[in-house]
Amino acid sequence: MAALGSPLQTFRGLLRELRHASGRPYRDTPAYQHIVATFRAHRVTSQKLCRAQQELHFQAATYLCLLRSVREHTALHREYHGKGERSPEEVAGLVGFRLPQQPGGKG
Amino acid sequence: PSERKRFYQNVSISQGEGGFEINLDHRKLKTPQAKLFTVPSEALAIAVATEWDSQKDTIKFYTMHLTTLCNTALDNPTQRNKMQLIRAAVKFLETDTVCYRVEEPAALAELQKNEWDPVVAWAEKRYNVAIGSSTSILGPNIPASTKETFISHLASYNMWALQGIEYVITQLKSLILSMGLIDRHITVEKAVLLSRLEEEYQIQRWGNVEWAHDYDLCELRARAAAGTLFVHLCSESSTVKHKLLQD
Repeated sequence: MAALGSPLQTFRGLLRELRHASGRPYRDTPAYQHIVATFRAHRVTSQKLCRAQQELHFQAATYLCLLRSVREHTALHREYHGKGERSPEEVAGLVGFRLPQQPGGKG
Repeated sequence: PSERKRFYQNVSISQGEGGFEINLDHRKLKTPQAKLFTVPSEALAIAVATEWDSQKDTIKFYTMHLTTLCNTALDNPTQRNKMQLIRAAVKFLETDTVCYRVEEPAALAELQKNEWDPVVAWAEKRYNVAIGSSTSILGPNIPASTKETFISHLASYNMWALQGIEYVITQLKSLILSMGLIDRHITVEKAVLLSRLEEEYQIQRWGNVEWAHDYDLCELRARAAAGTLFVHLCSESSTVKHKLLQD
């Protein structure tokens, strides 16, 4: 079984991601209710995990990775790919340059 | 169109004859080919509903990986049958990322050996097959018996799970890393790192470019995670539940 870290951390991480993802109170969402019910029912937050619980933890950790990666990807997309046409100054700035200042001309 | 305004207030799931359905307000979600969107697993339906509910002003379809996977399973746009999917998946072994080694630079060759040898060894032991690795441009020579073993193993999965498996393999460019994920031997983060080993090596040497490298990294993680979750949720889980009930 993969090295997963603590189930409690995964659980907390999932709640955090759901809070980010949801517009309305995230405790009302089916996802929140399902995750809480699952963790509670199978006591995945306890220290020693049997095989079935480990499988559930892996699933939870995978879903956490999905939510987190989509959020990070969306943020990067918004930052770098969603802005339409950039000015020459902005483009230069992206790779660490500044446009030269020319007296009486451009810049 | 890659984006569309969010046109619904509430997202909910309901149970129909064929399985679980997604409701956007009073409308039932349909696939691109206008079939009723039905999934066999409640947990999967909840996760799909969450994707739709997470959309703010515009619907960003390119972030909705689980929805996309379900649509592919329902519509089967490439019109492939089970055996064709399995053969496509196993064919990847011939060009599996973790089997394709460089000789230079020495540091990269060493990194590949240290990071990839263990996962190849795991697969060989777990499936009782010979795989090996190669520095030849033609790649490793995979014995027919090895391919047959994987074909047999993949045949035990249902059509939905197979779509997911083939998807993960295509994303990671590796059958071995994908089986590592499916078998819960490695995490998504680890699988993606191993898949992108050369990129990571170059990034260490030459520096990170957030708008390209991190962008690709996050996207690959999202896709691999979605595919893996999809496979697990679509596979038979009745034995798992039964064991839990006996505790």
